Amino acid sequence: MRFRTHPMMFRRLMAALLVVLPLAFVAGCSMQDYPQSSLHPHSNYAQWIQTLLEQLTFWVVIIFVVVQALLIYAAIRFRSRPGAPDPKPIHGNTALEIGWTIAPALILTLVAVPTVLTIFKSQAPPPEDALQVRVVGHQWWWEFQYPDLGITTASELHVPVGVPVNISLETADVIHSFWFPAMGGKRDVIPGRTNRLWFTPSDIGQYPGQCAELCGTSHANMRMALMVQAPEEFQAWVAAQQLPPIEPEAGTLAAQGKQYFTQGQCIVCHMIQGVSAGVIGPNLTHVGSRTTIAGGIFPNDAADLGKWIINAPARKPGAKMLSLKDMAMSPEQVPAIVAYLQSLK
Amino acid sequence: MATTTAAIHAPVQAESGLWSWITTVDHKRIGILYGTTAFVFFLIGGLEATIMRLQLMRPDNTLVSPDFYNELFTMHGTTMIFLAVMPLSASFFNFLIPLMIGARDVAFPRLNAFSYWIFLFGAIFLNLSFFFGGAPDVGWFGYSNLTSKQFSPGHGVDFWAVGLQILGIASLAAGFNFIVTIVNMRAPGMKLMRMPLFVWMTLVTSFLIILAFPVITVALVFLLFDRFTGTNFYVPAAGADPVLWQHLFWLFGHPEVYILILPAMGIISEVLPTFSRKPLFGYPVVVYSGIFIGFMGWGVWSHHMFAVGLGPLADSFFALTTMLIAIPTGVKIFNWLGTIWGGRIEFKTAMLFALGFIAMFTMGGLSGFMHASPPADLQQTDTYFVVAHIHYVLYGGAIMGIFAGIYYWFPKITGRKLGEGLGQLHFWLNFVALNVTFFPMHFVGLLGMPRRIYTYAPHMGFDWMNLLSTAGVFGIIAAVLVFMWNVSRSLRHGEVAGPDPWGGATLEWAIPSPPPAHNFGTIPTVHSLDPLWHREGPELVKTANRIGGPIHMPPGSHWPMASALGITLLLSGMVFGWWLGIPGVLITLYGIYSWAFEPCT
Amino acid sequence: MAVATATVAAHEAHPTSTGLNSRKMLFWAFLGSECMFFGSLIATYLVYRGRDQVGPHPHEILNIPFTSVSAFVLLMSSLTMVLALAAVQHGNVRGTRIWLAATALLGMTFLAGQCYEFTQFYFEGLALQTNLFGTTFFVLTGFHGTHVTVGVIWLWTLFVMAMQGRLPRERALDVEIAGLYWHFVDVVWIAIFTLVYLIQ
Repeated sequence: MRFRTHPMMFRRLMAALLVVLPLAFVAGCSMQDYPQSSLHPHSNYAQWIQTLLEQLTFWVVIIFVVVQALLIYAAIRFRSRPGAPDPKPIHGNTALEIGWTIAPALILTLVAVPTVLTIFKSQAPPPEDALQVRVVGHQWWWEFQYPDLGITTASELHVPVGVPVNISLETADVIHSFWFPAMGGKRDVIPGRTNRLWFTPSDIGQYPGQCAELCGTSHANMRMALMVQAPEEFQAWVAAQQLPPIEPEAGTLAAQGKQYFTQGQCIVCHMIQGVSAGVIGPNLTHVGSRTTIAGGIFPNDAADLGKWIINAPARKPGAKMLSLKDMAMSPEQVPAIVAYLQSLK
Repeated sequence: MATTTAAIHAPVQAESGLWSWITTVDHKRIGILYGTTAFVFFLIGGLEATIMRLQLMRPDNTLVSPDFYNELFTMHGTTMIFLAVMPLSASFFNFLIPLMIGARDVAFPRLNAFSYWIFLFGAIFLNLSFFFGGAPDVGWFGYSNLTSKQFSPGHGVDFWAVGLQILGIASLAAGFNFIVTIVNMRAPGMKLMRMPLFVWMTLVTSFLIILAFPVITVALVFLLFDRFTGTNFYVPAAGADPVLWQHLFWLFGHPEVYILILPAMGIISEVLPTFSRKPLFGYPVVVYSGIFIGFMGWGVWSHHMFAVGLGPLADSFFALTTMLIAIPTGVKIFNWLGTIWGGRIEFKTAMLFALGFIAMFTMGGLSGFMHASPPADLQQTDTYFVVAHIHYVLYGGAIMGIFAGIYYWFPKITGRKLGEGLGQLHFWLNFVALNVTFFPMHFVGLLGMPRRIYTYAPHMGFDWMNLLSTAGVFGIIAAVLVFMWNVSRSLRHGEVAGPDPWGGATLEWAIPSPPPAHNFGTIPTVHSLDPLWHREGPELVKTANRIGGPIHMPPGSHWPMASALGITLLLSGMVFGWWLGIPGVLITLYGIYSWAFEPCT
Repeated sequence: MAVATATVAAHEAHPTSTGLNSRKMLFWAFLGSECMFFGSLIATYLVYRGRDQVGPHPHEILNIPFTSVSAFVLLMSSLTMVLALAAVQHGNVRGTRIWLAATALLGMTFLAGQCYEFTQFYFEGLALQTNLFGTTFFVLTGFHGTHVTVGVIWLWTLFVMAMQGRLPRERALDVEIAGLYWHFVDVVWIAIFTLVYLIQ
């Protein structure tokens, strides 16, 4: 846990004592144990929230301790004992009551000020040099577009470390909510609206995220990953993604797969640049370069990809992709299609 | 009329049998009907929760399908809010309000019966959805446009929307009735500021009900129009904004939160003084803070919508109003502490539950305070942190308050006390189990587990905390079983209570337990806030039990039940078809006309 | 008849804490609730105004002169309602019958006007599903029309009672409550007429 934002030594000490108490085991454990934790900030935005949360927790713990201590003390001290006299029928005490109205009001003010400041800071317009990303929520996967770079991908969002990311949020169907806890708060994705969110990732790494608003059957299976990369690594990724899809060599299994792909119903929903034009499912131009499939729930290996193609709805309930049978294709075609898709690095 | 006048001399109700319960207009019987029915739905809602916890016991579990899981949490939320906590509160309103204000019944006894019956039919209708193509699966908040025909083609959403409309009628009718009862039927001398705090909270709750329910009625009307006639209220393609639903829903939904919690606050404000042998500390302040909470409840709805992106100004405004509402809430907690401070506390079960309420509600209030701050909320909303919050408020708060009320007034209702030993066991089991169940949810939420997911991956670190929560549920089940055993034992063998087993201060303790059909032989005159603790007490008890002359009690009527049935059939015709709707219209018209022209005294 | 009088007597026999009649108070509470109902409907109309993707738009289709006349008719019915109440309070049996019938007939005239208006709009291409204007307009004014219809049925019921001699001076409260409802529905129409028709 970091407290460097606290100005005063006293506050630092108290915060260390009080915040660490309830969050002790969280603080002690690493991001590896809790990869989706909202308590391990890795962006400026997440850090602002963390700082605010520490202040809130500080006061909350104090109030909690005071109230419970008074309650327990009163319950023990004033318990009925044999021979105890009748209590005095006190109906109230004006000074006391004014006091405990003003005290919470003061604490609220102390919390309200940083709250409002953080609201305006985090919702201010993003820096000019920000990387533009357009996020589109689908039942049940995330689409990522880089309009300035001409890239469209799915389920894995690549960004360079230290560069502000300006995200515009839209949906193709129902309300979803875009959430990478390590990067900060969530933002809903609403039909007919374009929402915005920006943050500057501060540390290289891979951070999981997922949809946070109920969006139907497979809401739980609408996951994604954020790849925060070193600038040169990110540039390399961009360069690779901007290339046209790899053309399989004639006579290979992959070439056979491409033929099945283009002759079958795959092209109705999926786009492979220069090969097919579907826009309903994820863009597959460089699908082989991704680590997961199916909205981030299965690894992108031959076995899982094969099972997915054979019967997607059986593996992910509600999935809109038809099973092989419903597409009138045969299982013999699967290894070739898998080979083709895996070749699309 | 002669028969009813004769019957009043009998100490217990002379009439019995099924028909007498169907036609009853006695507020005490209706209260008992409300309570038992709501408890059954509390068990059903609990069963739904148990299945969900079993599914979440370990990662990648496959006990239930995702669609069924979605149905479970939708029905769990809807059931606990509309079919358990609200009607359990209504049960206390019904049984107690006339007794506490010194009246023979509510202002409109038949309307009261109508409220109960339409609640029962609406509840049954909603649950029938499980057997007719699937229960609603869009969450208890039913966010548009997931509820549209396009994304929810089945009948689940129709059952939900129509069911809530039917239940809304029940709540509205009860709301009107209790406002008039409390304002107009008080015993002589019972000024507003001499009303017991529970009566005050009932009054505030009733106002919230009659002003909040029309809003959700309209929101649901729009939804039903969209689904049945193809209108565009929530259709983005036509230029509509699905966020309209969220505004309307939460404009209802936040007052609804206070509709759920204020009655429990009223209950413990009666229990704490009795078992501390000390009057409520700062009564006027507790009253005013309750009213203030009721008012402010209308200005905070968008704090449920911080993630929507309403802009920094709106976020700041709703953050400040939400924080403001923490002040009267805090004041109440301090006044309760002031009440027990310096008292002579008797740890009867009712008192334990009331003290448990303070501890657990404080907990829920503080986590609520944390997500009053929008930036923090954006990490917490739609995660298990909020699940922990609402369960500390609604289970640790509302349900514990209701249990306090049950232990406190059971002797008044049945004439026998609930067993103390089993009661204490119930409390401690419940107290420990609820913390085992809900406390880990704070952390699993902060560590990134969203709500309403039927499964999670194994490497996320959610495993052992979820297992712990699931284990806790079995403690809650054990606690509820102990309670049920206690009730069934005490009904037969419980210690006979007498009129005033706890030394209470309010009017209901002046008359026999259970009270006679007419409640008070003579309506007493009240001179203070705690009449039975004052010098006037013994005289008042004598007056209350002396029959001074002929007493008119309203005769039973089956028309409220018939009208309720008609309206339910009429509205369920929307789902089942005209063959049910048309008889519904006829029964409704016939029922209401017969009711209107039936002699009522 | 005997039963009805007994009911009245029993009602009068119970004094209330505030001195106000309980049924009347119930009705005021109901009207408070109704304010929230119509408030939500009107707010929705206003929020969605001008967001239509396709026409027809309000200014192309609303016939203000025609609706002004029907609004005037409804306003006049409030006047006759007042006269009906005054008549029943003075035990004027004939006046009660006449003014109740007049109020109900004026209400029916308004409803006929609304039917004509709806049909007209439909033929001009505005249906419930056409656009947001159609959706919000028909549902808002339709719910108001439904309220007027309930009021008309209520008034005719009172009229029949008056004809049977079951509406003596002692039951003036029945007419008073119906009147409260009727005036409320009128006031709502003034709000709708102003916000929907006049301020476009």
